[in-house]
Amino acid sequence: MSERSERTGGAAAQPHRREGASGRVLRFRFDGREYEGLEGDTLASALLANGVRAVASSIRLGRPRGVYAAGSEEPNALVQIEEPFPEPMLQATTVELYDGLVATGLPGQGRLADRPDPARYDAVHAHCDVLVVGAGPAGIAAAGVAARAGARVILADERPEPGGSLLGTAETLDGRPGREWAAEEVAALAALPEVRVLRRTTVLGHYDDNHVIAVERRTNHLGAAAPADVARERVWRIRAGRVVLATGGHERFVAFAGNDLPGVMLAGAARTYANHYRVLPGRRAVVFTTNDSAYAAALDLADAGVEIAAIADVRQAPGEAWAARCAERGLEVLTGHVVTAAKGEGEVSSVEVASREGGQAREIPADLLLVSGGWTPVVHLFSQAGGTLRYDEELGAFTPGETRQAVEAAGFARGVRTLRACLEDGAEAGRRALAAAGFAVPAGPAVPSGTAVPSAGEEPAAAPAEHLWLVEAPGDGGDYGTHFVDLQRDVTVGEVLRAVGAGLTSVEHVKRYTTAGTAHDQGKTSGLLTGGVVAHALGVDVAELGTTTFRAPYTPVSFAALAGRDRGPLHDPVRVTAMHEWHVARGALFENVGQWKRPWYYPRRGEGPGEDPGEDMEAAVLRECRAAREDVAAMDASTLGKIDVVGPDAAVLLDRLYTNMMSTLKVGSIRYGVMCRPDGMVFDDGTVIRLADDRFLVTTTTGNAAAVLDWMEEWLQTEWPDLRVCCTSVTEQWATVALVGPRSREVLARLAPGLAVDNDSFPFMTWRDAEVAGIEARVCRISFSGELAYEINVSSWSGLALWEAVMASGEVTPYGTETMHVLRAEKGFPIVGQDTDGTVTPQDLGMEWIVSKKKADFVGKRSFARADTSRPDRKHLVGLLPEDPGVLLPEGAHLVETSALPEPPVPTLGFVTSSYRSAALGRTFALALVSGGRERVGERLYAPVGADLVPVTVTSHVLYDPEGARRDG
Amino acid sequence: MLLIACPWCGPRDEAEFHYGGQAHVAYPEDPAALSDEEWARYLFFRDNPEGLFAERWSHTAGCRRWFNAVRDTATNEIHAVYRAGEPRPVIA
Amino acid sequence: MADSVAASVAASMAERRSPAAAFAARFEAASAGGGLRLAEIPFLTQINLRVDPKSPAAERIGTAIGVPLPVEPGTAAGGGDLEVLWLGPDEWLVVGPDGAAPGLVERLTEAADGEHVSVVDVSAQRTTLVVAGDRARDVLAHGCALDLHPRVFGPGRVAQTMLARAGVVLVAGADGFRLLVRSSFAAYVAEWLLDASVEYVAGG
Repeated sequence: MSERSERTGGAAAQPHRREGASGRVLRFRFDGREYEGLEGDTLASALLANGVRAVASSIRLGRPRGVYAAGSEEPNALVQIEEPFPEPMLQATTVELYDGLVATGLPGQGRLADRPDPARYDAVHAHCDVLVVGAGPAGIAAAGVAARAGARVILADERPEPGGSLLGTAETLDGRPGREWAAEEVAALAALPEVRVLRRTTVLGHYDDNHVIAVERRTNHLGAAAPADVARERVWRIRAGRVVLATGGHERFVAFAGNDLPGVMLAGAARTYANHYRVLPGRRAVVFTTNDSAYAAALDLADAGVEIAAIADVRQAPGEAWAARCAERGLEVLTGHVVTAAKGEGEVSSVEVASREGGQAREIPADLLLVSGGWTPVVHLFSQAGGTLRYDEELGAFTPGETRQAVEAAGFARGVRTLRACLEDGAEAGRRALAAAGFAVPAGPAVPSGTAVPSAGEEPAAAPAEHLWLVEAPGDGGDYGTHFVDLQRDVTVGEVLRAVGAGLTSVEHVKRYTTAGTAHDQGKTSGLLTGGVVAHALGVDVAELGTTTFRAPYTPVSFAALAGRDRGPLHDPVRVTAMHEWHVARGALFENVGQWKRPWYYPRRGEGPGEDPGEDMEAAVLRECRAAREDVAAMDASTLGKIDVVGPDAAVLLDRLYTNMMSTLKVGSIRYGVMCRPDGMVFDDGTVIRLADDRFLVTTTTGNAAAVLDWMEEWLQTEWPDLRVCCTSVTEQWATVALVGPRSREVLARLAPGLAVDNDSFPFMTWRDAEVAGIEARVCRISFSGELAYEINVSSWSGLALWEAVMASGEVTPYGTETMHVLRAEKGFPIVGQDTDGTVTPQDLGMEWIVSKKKADFVGKRSFARADTSRPDRKHLVGLLPEDPGVLLPEGAHLVETSALPEPPVPTLGFVTSSYRSAALGRTFALALVSGGRERVGERLYAPVGADLVPVTVTSHVLYDPEGARRDG
Repeated sequence: MLLIACPWCGPRDEAEFHYGGQAHVAYPEDPAALSDEEWARYLFFRDNPEGLFAERWSHTAGCRRWFNAVRDTATNEIHAVYRAGEPRPVIA
Repeated sequence: MADSVAASVAASMAERRSPAAAFAARFEAASAGGGLRLAEIPFLTQINLRVDPKSPAAERIGTAIGVPLPVEPGTAAGGGDLEVLWLGPDEWLVVGPDGAAPGLVERLTEAADGEHVSVVDVSAQRTTLVVAGDRARDVLAHGCALDLHPRVFGPGRVAQTMLARAGVVLVAGADGFRLLVRSSFAAYVAEWLLDASVEYVAGG
């Protein structure tokens, strides 16, 4: 208090602040004006303390809107934080005030920041025996019972401090203010080794098998003072043995004219502002209620200095004790009355009250209208978890019913009314959770929470509430244009009536027709009200209508929090080979192949600034291709998938999975093979190396390594468990260097002086163990370019050493995946996944020769006898030569028969799958899948390039060295 | 995120598993003996019930074993898991 | 025999580079505060073993290496300088010191005595990262969905699972955790660990 008066101009600075408020003074700016608030304020309470009434404007009608609630159910007071970092669509009621906060009120929608968010967001997994959601009386009691028996407990609450409903009331527990009791209880729990208390943590979603997602706001409330290395928000992925939902209730309002004016506020919220934040939301109030709870609010506000002009109670008989207390305080209670309108220019200045019996309405001057249309248990999470709801006639609201998950609601969340009953109910829920988790359930008092049994404060016996949804407008077809049911979506009773008039009879349909309940508050205060108005219009009971579906998230969550650390370089794993550092140092550009980074090409860097810009991609790839065809070049081929297939039946397995015969392969030899799916479509290809009678090494395409291993395991485990074969991935055990070109033999001979490299000693499609550059290696004579070539495999620990040894002489040109693609395409070798798409058979690829006629069966064989796989118009892999040898066809370009496009739909003959410039051919070329393509060789087709159709000639897909003269050097 | 009980490793997050479609659809003894229609039925047709469904899962991120589960497709409740080759348990 | 193995190991030692070698200094810096220890243990011998656990071969193998193959899922067994990790109902990873692979492959193969077993040297397939210290569980919890509570996943437990977006073999020891990580994922996992450690190393 003294601190405050020292630093400010005194009470005038916060004219609606009650005496006795304490805390550090915080300065903030709202809508361009400077204000002061106190530590512990929300932006909403600070604005109210400064007498700010209109905080935002509504999304469709642009009507001024003020603070309506005191928590995450707020429908109106939407703000955008501008500083320290822009954040849109926040509720003023949940933004904790900090020094330097700059915010603006929003017209129903916000603006995304135009700069990257510098804050850190992360996620964490957690497990517990019992998760308690909500640290109000029931939640604290449940957590206390479970935690003290040794269970692993997580207690999560969305507010900065525990207490829940106790924070807004003046009730005492065991002689202490409720707020203090809650703080002490929760501090004691937090000190237990197996308990985690999560403050400022909203449980957003309750999914299958008690998987619960929550977001903890860890440094948002610190503003610019938030430390940069502490995650601002943290997503908790909690797997709970049992969940206790102690989520309390939301007060709802009533539909009457002008019920959206600033100055209209939920009665319980006003009570919270007065008691907890020590703020007076107005000076002179009318109270409008359907139940007893607003009386406590009226009395607390009267105690705080608000003049209560009248209490309009829709019932003929309020609770006797409450009536007596009002009489004692001289408050006028108008029984059987409703508020027919809130009136005023931009905010409430008077309230029109009328008897339900009819007669003259009375206009009462007031700047505050407190409304209570009853309380709705917060059943969102219970419903998300798959629980059913049932209508509680006395409460006028839906409460939890059956559920198949290990979850239960406790306290007011399941309709339990009084404080003492909520404490007992929470404790019982805690006992049941303990029993379910296999702990001994302690004997003892009903509420064994802590050092003393809290005694509930005096709670007058309640009179039943009356469920009134709507104050009818006078006359036939009365004006319902300002009877709002959904404040955030600007939906009025008028629109609900139109929806019902249009024949909609389900709340789900009315929701979609009117948008009521679809705003980012998800209709917390208005959902049931909308249902009530629909029921009223249809003349049915609200219980029959049910509710709309509750969906996650409970409150909005930022994308940044959901993304967490899975962004930037950690968004997806980058897989690299043992030689990666060399490629980076050499200035390679990289291509993503699955998760791998593969060198794409190695441009020669320019010498000196300006003079020589160095190579572009085209020049680099032509140079690399020439080196491979005319000299010697090397590629890092380590990413190919490798699988050891071991066992006496290894050959049987491979015969069944490959289209060609593998059992006849000799030890020491290598065979190319293709695998198909049962439908006959190509799945993968690669080489098979026979290491021993019972041992093969299978290679796969880079992208399919895991899929092929899974494929083998699937067949072995589910279809052929009798086969004695084991498959083991060795992809990263080996690093592989492809050494390619007419001079590759000469380079290998120098690196491996002990290896006989002549063609007779080391023929094509064989392998040898050797020492290469002093490293134990397996050398395979295989070629993916048509040139004389070797693949040298060493332990990946030695991959870099081998690569450096190959490069040491300076005469071997490194090449990347683009050159590899050009070289193989010149030879017509398809790449699975580029030239195939899951609809292509080996025959379509012109590889009839690889489909065994001898084997009784293999995966895919039966499908080659289907009519569909022998259609003459199937797409075949062919070559294309653009008639202009400089024109590069775009990959994916479609092919048509005519030089001008006919009217759509244009019949397409197929499409380009690969397209390159070829150094060897001295021109561009492409591969394509073309309907009946093999019969079209020599024909002219057309392909769109930019705005033009360019002529191309269909050729064989083998364009270079068709006789295979180059592979032996 | 379902919690799926691998018969070997115990309960793990659904993200560790691969779905393998309907269980107990055996690869035909002699595909060559099947008519085109019978073969197409094996290739392309699977049940899609609302309610209990025996289906295959593989614990790809764990022990890499295939197993079967009986899941209620309407509620996602898994009523039984059993190892490949074992008969489908009777669910009351 | 043993001598020649040692000699050939020594000869190639200078040329070897472990998958997380580039992270040594950053691991050391992250470990300086004392709450956490990150490190790579390079070049461990790892042999993938597939054998029917009920076969005589499995028993002979256990005897030959001095460690009975653990048959309880998700457990490890140790003896001498070897440790055997359960990977599947018929699959184990035999882990030993640097250089032990050739001898171990021979012992396992001999013990099989012609029965069907699969013995594959996968030493370079994965590298070993250490995540130890009081905050080890906190760091791993950012990316591992398993319950790592000591009552659930204490010393001697093994799991193949996901850490962030990489598959790992997670081994709980008395002195912290070891992660066996595919070599191509080592840099990703190392970067991820360093990132997940930020809050736990800042204050020491």
